[in-house]
Order: sequence, then C-alpha cells, then structure tokens
Amino acid sequence: MQDWKQHKATFASIAASPVLWLIAFFVVPLAVVWLYSFGRNAGLTEIDISGTFSNYGRALEPLYLEIFGKSVAVAALTTLICLVVGFPIALAITFATPKWRPWMLLAIMLPFWTNLLIRTYALITVLRTEGYVNKSLGWMWESASGLKVMVGMAPLTTWEPLPLLYNNFAVVLGLVYVHLPFMVLPLYAALDRLDRSLIEASLDLGAGHFRTLTQIVAPLAAPGIISGVIITFVPALGAYLTPDLMGGPDSQMIANVIERQFKRANDWPFGAALSFLLMYATFILIALQTLRNRSAERRS
Amino acid sequence: MSLFNRTEIAPLEYTRRLWMRAWIAATLFFLYAPLLVLIAFSFNDSKRNIVWRGFTFKYYGKVLENEGLMAALGNSLTIAFLATVFSIILGTLAAVMLWRFQFPGKTAVEGTMALPIVVPEICMGVAMLVFFAKLDWPTDLPWPLNLSAITIAHITFCFPFVAMVVRARLAGFNKEQEEAAKDLGATEWQAFRDVLLPHMKPGIIAGALLAFTLSLDDFVITFFTSGPNTITFPVKVYSMVRFSVTPEVNAASAILIFLTILLTTVALKLQDFTKATA
Repeated sequence: MQDWKQHKATFASIAASPVLWLIAFFVVPLAVVWLYSFGRNAGLTEIDISGTFSNYGRALEPLYLEIFGKSVAVAALTTLICLVVGFPIALAITFATPKWRPWMLLAIMLPFWTNLLIRTYALITVLRTEGYVNKSLGWMWESASGLKVMVGMAPLTTWEPLPLLYNNFAVVLGLVYVHLPFMVLPLYAALDRLDRSLIEASLDLGAGHFRTLTQIVAPLAAPGIISGVIITFVPALGAYLTPDLMGGPDSQMIANVIERQFKRANDWPFGAALSFLLMYATFILIALQTLRNRSAERRS
Repeated sequence: MSLFNRTEIAPLEYTRRLWMRAWIAATLFFLYAPLLVLIAFSFNDSKRNIVWRGFTFKYYGKVLENEGLMAALGNSLTIAFLATVFSIILGTLAAVMLWRFQFPGKTAVEGTMALPIVVPEICMGVAMLVFFAKLDWPTDLPWPLNLSAITIAHITFCFPFVAMVVRARLAGFNKEQEEAAKDLGATEWQAFRDVLLPHMKPGIIAGALLAFTLSLDDFVITFFTSGPNTITFPVKVYSMVRFSVTPEVNAASAILIFLTILLTTVALKLQDFTKATA
C-alpha cells in the first residue's frame, strides 16, 4: 500500500475521475433529495426548503404507517419462503458431485440473468384467469367431477378460476420468484465452507437428519443464513415492479407510494422524505450485517 | 444419475435422495416453466395466446416491424454500450485507487462507492429524476445526445460493480512484478499498461459483461430518467405489458432472453479463453 503523499501526481490522475463522478452524479443527487425532504411545495415547480419536518410527520400518519408495515410484512414473508425453499437447494448443491455442482449453480443463476420485467411478465401469463395454472386446475377439477359421475355420485359444481393475480398472494409469489437466487447463493457459500466431519459425527452418534440440520448445520451456517436473509429482504422491501404489475389496489408497497408522489401526485418533498425513510431502513439492516461480520471475524 | 440407485445412498449424498430430487425438480419447474411457456407461445399462431394453433414466426416479424420497439432496442443497446465503456474506465481506476493507495477519507470513499450497489433502485431513480430536473438538463437534443441523462445514471450504478470485480482480481496480484518492471526502467505508465492491465483483464471483462447486462436490464432507474423521446427496451415492454398480454410482447421478451443468454455464453467462453491463455 502506497501513501498518496509520495505519489501525488499518480494518485490524482487515478483518483480524480471516479471520485468526481461519484460526487457529481451520486452524492449530489441524493443530497438534493435529502434537502427536498425538508421542504414544501411553493408553486408548481418551486420547492421551498424551509427545514420543516412536516413531510416526515406525514409519513407517520396511519395510512402510510400501514403501507410501511405491509411492505415489511410482505418482504419478511418473501424472505421466509425463499429461505425454506432455498435451503434444501443450497444443501443439495453443496453435497452434489463435482460434475453436477456447476450445472446446478448455473440452473439457479440463469433466471437471475433474465430481465426482471420479463420474468414478472412470464409469471403473469401463467397466473392470469386464462393462464396455464388455472387451466390445469380447471381440467383436474372437471376430471374429478367426471370420475365422481362415473362412480355414480353427483358431479362437482362448475369450476371457478382462482384469483391468482392482482392481490397480495401474487405479490409474494412474484417476489419469491425473482429473489430466490439471492437467497440460494449466500446459503451455498456458507454451507460449502462447513466442516463435513461435524455432520458425519452427528449422524454417527445417532442424531437423525432433521436434528443434525437444526442443531449442527443451521447454527454453523448462521452467518450465511443471515446474509442471505438480508440480501433477499432489502431488495424485496424496496420492490417496485412486482407490486405494480402483479398487485391489486390494496397491495401497494413503499416504492409504489414514492413513485406516485414523483410521477402523479407531484408532491416531491413528501416523496423525498419517504425515499429517505426507505433508505435509512436499508442502511440500518446493512450496518447490522457489517457489524455482525466484523465481530464474527474478531472472534475467530 | 438414474433414479434407481445401484449403490446404497451414503448419509451425505443428499442429492440422491428422492425427496430432495423432487424438491429440486419442483423448484426448477417453478423457475423455468413460466419462461418456457412465454418463449413457446411467442411462436403460437393465435392472438389469444392460450391454445396452440400452430408454429409461426409472424410475431417476430411484427416486432421487427414495430418501429417504436426497434428504436427502443437501439436506444437500450447504445446506452448499454456507452455505460459499459465508461464503467470500465471509471471502475478500473477506482479499483486501482483503493487497492494501491492509503489516503485520508479512504473508508468514506469506499463506503460511498458501495452505496450505488445497495441503495434501493427506487431511491436512486428518484434522485436522478430530481437531479436532472434541477439542472434543467436539456431533453430535446438530437440522438444520441438525448440519451445522456439515462447513460449518466447507468454509469453511476454500473461502475461500482466493475470496481468491485476488478478489485477482487487485483487482490491476487504480486506487487513485486510491478516493482521489477520499474526497476528495469519502465515508467509508471508502462508498468501500468504492460504489467498491471494484463493481470486485471479477466476482471475487466467480467465487469464489462456485468455492466452491460445491468444496463440492458434496468427498468426502475431508467423509468425515472427517460422522457417521451428516450424510451428504452424495458420501458417500452413495460408499457406493452401494462396494456395487455399479447404474442408480440412474448416475442419481444424472447428476443431479450436470447440476447442475454448469448451475451452470457460469450462471456463464459471469453473467461475460459483468458484462463487458458493466462
């Protein structure tokens, strides 16, 4: 590591452009939003930065608190489902033969490289009323009905397509669909580092697979599980596209409310306050994760 | 891998257990079935998109004739290309700076550089919208200058990823090589160009691919920086998706999926190639 003072010219020529870019096109835009969050609308395009906290006060109104609570609940449920679905997958990849492991990782990663919008659209096409899920269920329903008639019982009532889209269920399903790889990869990274002899010892000493999983594997893989949880929860909390396209009128999340303030309601100061609240929530989670990692490193 | 095991399953061979295989199969079905249905039905000769009525390329023809969509694709590729070039330069410089120098405020710079990666997309989109509105950024410039606002936003969220990848690569660099070059009379620039740069190359290629894909895929941030004359492919597809489910949207989506798969394959091949020649 070189000290910048001894190589001032080299340091300046290397550091200038990335640092200036970051300040001009990232720090300054965020600072402007931050200042706006303490302002109020004065006229159609004027924003008067008066140092008021009323925008944050408004964010604490029951209507918005409820949306915040709902976003947290939806993101938490999504994360939980991803964990339950992803854990066995990560376990399987870890203990797969070396020949299969890269292919399984690729199979999990490939949808991740596909555009988020397109994955959401694909899910919409199969879930809508005329979509494949409803068609298959309807077909099964009618076959069951036909079977009952054959054995001399009364047929089932006519099939009603399930409302699989434009509700909270669809939002959670959509979020799980796009965020699953976020969970599997950190879990796999943690499980791969695990000392296998500990698992073998536990099995040899008579513990079952389930008990080994809960008492040996889960505690040892805890750091990976926590980073998987945070990596999944953070983008799910700020999700815009999934609730927008798959949600119903009551499945608005924070990001949708923010978008509305900027694009339709034209209340930029309030939108700015909301987006900073979302950012603070994200920062707190990431800071917690970083602190945990540091203390874990110190202990080992 | 047959379903009927010839040898007994060892305790840790989880992948050979039936329930595990069923779980994996179900998850992969969940992940892939919607995408496969989407691609399959882009070839379906029916407007209503449910019942199979025969194979056709006509919706691809329609996509190619759709001027708005093609212009949007052109915009997206132009932006992705420019964003990649700038991100490579800025990201590599940032990586070298953080790897090589000790300077006051380094932790702050490092932390700020990681922010574009973790900040929720919506917050970044909003910040860009406010920033360009505040500057009164001109929106009626001729092509491709009218894409400048979107391109700037894309560079801002892409280059930290490049910096991250290149820095990881630099961690494995033996500094004595660079010192040897300088001892043998190489200037600072020559040592950088002939010793450090070749070492960073695989990282730069991986970073470039990442930047290109991120830029091509981005919807939320672009949505906030695009105007009526600067529609990108995802923004256009979004407006079509909002409107209805049609085979034409399927075909447009399938084109983007194929493009991404192609890019990823090329990148994987390139990485193998650089590994083989290194």
